[in-house]
Amino acid sequence: MLIQNKSIVLMILVAFSPITLASELGKTIVMQGNSSGAMACSICHGANGAGQAQAGFPNLAGLDPAYMQKQLQDFTTAQRHNPIMTPIATALSTDEMNAVSTYFAQQSTPTMKPTTADDSLLKAGQQLAQNGNWANDVPACFSCHGAQAKGVGMYFPALAGQHASYIEQQLNSWRSGQRSNDPNQLMVGIAQRLSETEIKAVSAYLANLTATNN
Amino acid sequence: MWLTKTNSRPPQGHNGRLATRFLGAVLLSSLLFNPAFAEEKDYQVELPAAPKGPASFTPPNEADIPNNAFGDAVRYGLSLFTNTQQLRGQYVGNELNCVNCHLNKGRQANSAPLWGAFPMYPAYRKKNDHVNTIDERIQGCFTYSMNGTPPPFGSKELTALVTYHYWLSTGAPVGQALPGRGYPKLDTPAEDPSVSRGEVVYQDNCAICHGENGAGTQVDGRYAFPPLWGKDSFNWGAGMHRVNTAAGFIKANMPLGKPNSLTDQQAWDVAAFMNSHERPQDPRYEGNLEQTAETFHQHQCFYNKEVDQQRIGQGVK
Ligand code: HEC
Ligand code: HEC
Ligand code: HEC
Ligand code: HEC
Repeated sequence: MLIQNKSIVLMILVAFSPITLASELGKTIVMQGNSSGAMACSICHGANGAGQAQAGFPNLAGLDPAYMQKQLQDFTTAQRHNPIMTPIATALSTDEMNAVSTYFAQQSTPTMKPTTADDSLLKAGQQLAQNGNWANDVPACFSCHGAQAKGVGMYFPALAGQHASYIEQQLNSWRSGQRSNDPNQLMVGIAQRLSETEIKAVSAYLANLTATNN
Repeated sequence: MWLTKTNSRPPQGHNGRLATRFLGAVLLSSLLFNPAFAEEKDYQVELPAAPKGPASFTPPNEADIPNNAFGDAVRYGLSLFTNTQQLRGQYVGNELNCVNCHLNKGRQANSAPLWGAFPMYPAYRKKNDHVNTIDERIQGCFTYSMNGTPPPFGSKELTALVTYHYWLSTGAPVGQALPGRGYPKLDTPAEDPSVSRGEVVYQDNCAICHGENGAGTQVDGRYAFPPLWGKDSFNWGAGMHRVNTAAGFIKANMPLGKPNSLTDQQAWDVAAFMNSHERPQDPRYEGNLEQTAETFHQHQCFYNKEVDQQRIGQGVK
């Protein structure tokens, strides 16, 4: 009897512990949005965070939670202005940002369909990702984004399995100045020194790499 | 003194040198703390300045490594150079790889490129009247930069590394220093390098990758960003522990992806900050810090200096 009672108490404790509440909160916002006007994330990113390649909605599943939190904060500033995400991020409280980031970080990375890009493009992309283009002061993408672009901590997001359309769009955003939130300006110069062909090639290659979740 | 012969005496042939070395072994105990003798073991002595001008040498393409036994040795050497950790515990005693300090697989100008090195060996050194081979130079980087025990002459590892150095130098003139060799030499800074200013430079520009405490950043037990000091980094005998050498490397190569973005003064200051921390002991240490400092550290470094009221150079394991 005593033992049973104890486990009931435990179950109640678990159900109301802050961790459970946060993940409930995360899930609720992802599926339904919030009362301050944030749209349900799932509409664009999917309930599992896989995003949509054609529309350029990024995959969020398995990304570092602190990286996503930082991005949501940055959308509320001029450093990463985006007509779709800025109003949504602005409608989230800090706690809500943390909750949705934790939710997406825990989703397992979806298996992406291999792109139809041709072999020579993928080869060129692999060359850049693995070895860089030092003649233009571009180090290997892997030297910051980790081996096989699986990401390094909160500052260097995983790129493996990210949609090619999205990668391309971000590189172009840095070039145009629309995105300027990279810590220590570590990404902007690199984006500026890539050619159009290199951007196409490396985006296709990275999208084809099987992604994240360690 | 038999080791500090004057320049006018012609360099000895191979046999003569061996005999000298044998004599050296006999006289070892009496000469132990003689600077001239000590110099002989120091393959980390500073390189001469490279000729000025843009680096124009282009090493061959990896795709052109031939498909034969020679090519296999080149590829093995390349693999050891970029992933030296495969020799951890055997010849390597820290968490570094050769490529960490010789960027872009040893191809990058101003990052001590291998094509700048190979054609300049064997090198005669006036100071100790000794001819250093490329094998010995590489062994030196194992002893100090990799805090390890060098692979022996004729071992497949050392042979493969030398073969990779040789292949990268295809087409380079022999015995002629090329622009881009070594790390650039920075002018003496307007103000003496400052550890405290360097700390600010470090936290603003380097900590994001190398960590607030210089320990580097690991992912799944492997270093994504290498450690700059502490037990897993290069030791007190490595060339990189000299403030001037580190300043030149940093100016031309760091932060990664933003070469030459620091001012010279910032590079000097951050090099001083980096090198004012503990690291593994100098392998030539014989139990007396002062003596080791006097014999081996007459250059710009913090070995046996006071930093924050602490004498550093004790070494960490
Ligand atoms: C109407 C579509 C849409 C909805 C709804 C939406 N997003 Fe986004 N999201 C986007 C687009 C488009 C981008 C890329 C923005 C850019 O180009 O900078 C993006 C980017 C992001 C990023 C940055 C990813 C990265 O890798 O840097 C995060 C994080 C994110 N969204 C989280 C959310 C969350 C959380 C919600 C729900 C509260 C949400 N999004 C709802 C379209 C949407
Ligand atoms: C010197 C380090 C460094 C290198 C090398 C580097 N990056 Fe980055 N990259 C960053 C940082 C830092 C960020 C994160 C910016 C932020 O927090 O907003 C980033 C972000 C990105 C993003 C945005 C990801 C997202 O989810 O929104 C893309 C795309 C990207 N990098 C592509 C590349 C490619 C392609 C290469 C190789 C050609 C490369 N990077 C090389 C530092 C680097
Ligand atoms: C974007 C990440 C990044 C930043 C920022 C960065 N480094 Fe590095 N650093 C690296 C990487 C990666 C290597 C190894 C290079 C390789 O293997 O290709 C390295 C190598 C080094 C090395 C030689 C290897 C070692 O462990 O001793 C030193 C010294 C160094 N960095 C110092 C600095 C200093 C000083 C700064 C700040 C001025 C700095 N770095 C900023 C990524 C970075
Ligand atoms: C911690 C950084 C570091 C690491 C790791 C490192 N080196 Fe070095 N290396 C140096 C420095 C510093 C010099 C001397 C540069 C100077 O004095 O200006 C040097 C010089 C050399 C030279 C002679 C260059 C010339 O132009 O004469 C060769 C060859 C060399 N290293 C090979 C290697 C090999 C092979 C490895 C791996 C087993 C390695 N290095 C690991 C820092 C390093």
